[in-house]
Amino acid sequence: MSNWVEVCATDEIDEEDVIRFDHEGKTFAVYRSPDDEFFATDGLCTHEKIHLADGLVMDDIIECPKHNGRFSYKTGEAKGAPVCVNLRTYPVKVEAGSVFISLA
Amino acid sequence: MDKVATKRDYSLLGRDAQAAVASGLAAAEWYHTDIPRKQMKELMKREDGPAIRDTVLWLGSMVVAGGLGIVFWGSWWCVPFFLIYGVFYGSASDSRWHECGHGTAFKTRWMNDAVYEIACFMIMRNPVTWRWSHTRHHTDTVIVGRDPEIAVMRPPDLFRLILNFFGILDVYHAMTDMLRNGIGIVSADEKTFIPEQEQPRAIRIARIWLAIYVATIALAIYLGSILPLMLIGLPRLYGAWHHVMTGLLQHGGLADNVIDHRLNSRSVYMNPVSRFIYWNMNYHVEHHMFPMVPYHALPQLHEMIKHDLPTPNRSIIEGYREMIPAFLRQLRNEDYFLKRELPPTAKPYREEFHAEPIAAE
Repeated sequence: MSNWVEVCATDEIDEEDVIRFDHEGKTFAVYRSPDDEFFATDGLCTHEKIHLADGLVMDDIIECPKHNGRFSYKTGEAKGAPVCVNLRTYPVKVEAGSVFISLA
Repeated sequence: MDKVATKRDYSLLGRDAQAAVASGLAAAEWYHTDIPRKQMKELMKREDGPAIRDTVLWLGSMVVAGGLGIVFWGSWWCVPFFLIYGVFYGSASDSRWHECGHGTAFKTRWMNDAVYEIACFMIMRNPVTWRWSHTRHHTDTVIVGRDPEIAVMRPPDLFRLILNFFGILDVYHAMTDMLRNGIGIVSADEKTFIPEQEQPRAIRIARIWLAIYVATIALAIYLGSILPLMLIGLPRLYGAWHHVMTGLLQHGGLADNVIDHRLNSRSVYMNPVSRFIYWNMNYHVEHHMFPMVPYHALPQLHEMIKHDLPTPNRSIIEGYREMIPAFLRQLRNEDYFLKRELPPTAKPYREEFHAEPIAAE
């Protein structure tokens, strides 16, 4: 069963950027791609617990701000050293100008 | 009563390593100057242009200097050309290894990777091992027992430092590591920071390098001349001085076991030639605070945050003038360090992270 949680208004995330979203003791990263789609992943890098929302979004890649580890934020795939473990991704929907993620 | 200096254990598996984990110094949250997200994004932006220009200049200069060195081989005229070639091979490779290891030099990934592999070969750092050791250096910068890249341990071994201006110990260790990895052995220390799935690649690269060195030595024997080794291998010795000179300034004489890069890293204003060779790593506090910022944007970052950082040393010489006396004092008292003064505009240090043991004056 889906548990959709509202994150923010769509215009609160710039294109090709990411924001941090904390909910019930967990932290998430919510992305807006250059082609205006929204995605969500766990908020902390799988290498060391660094907030990805401080990192750099380039096309479909999020780069961790501490060690430059790269993930695809669309699939969660780790793209090579120093990250080896994939990120968990979450379904996202946009309704009435707001971004929701499913935490089911 | 005089305090007894604390004996440091730099082993990655030793007492201080365990203490750093227990005290929360390992993988801690470090101090960062606040920068608005919009400006940070501008600074982090990747470009290919500056690094392509610099790489063409770097490798092009090596081809010209190396070529003229070959032409004048046998006369004294070859000396200046090999001095230039050596510095680009044995020193500029250090900064290229570093920047491309971070993946920030170029926007295009394969360009980063290609220059990284070339630079690793020149500086004799296994691209797998050193990617992971440098990752740890950024997580635990100058945390004793955690950081595998502490260049000057306490008490400083000054003889070792002098030897390394000619690459002697570094090359000895690099060759030993290459031979060990080449026969398939990954050391216990290496295993603490290289994930298991990456270790076979470290071994494979060591074997490829071994083959290149064997071929170069065989060519030198065949030709009856050391000229092939002057081009491959030996420049890591006779051209190392510049990267050691600049590298020692990064953290030398400053605090250890703190979680504020303003206390354990040093920024130094340098001449443009050294900055080209060093790829702007003279802005070292800035680099450690924000490793996502490419080398070509570091001067801009420096301007943006210098109100929150210690005043940089005005030259390499000024840096050495404060660092060498600190090394000499650390021979008598391991706890001594240079405490960087902050400008009045800066946010203060969190004293609880460096108040004990304090010996700075």
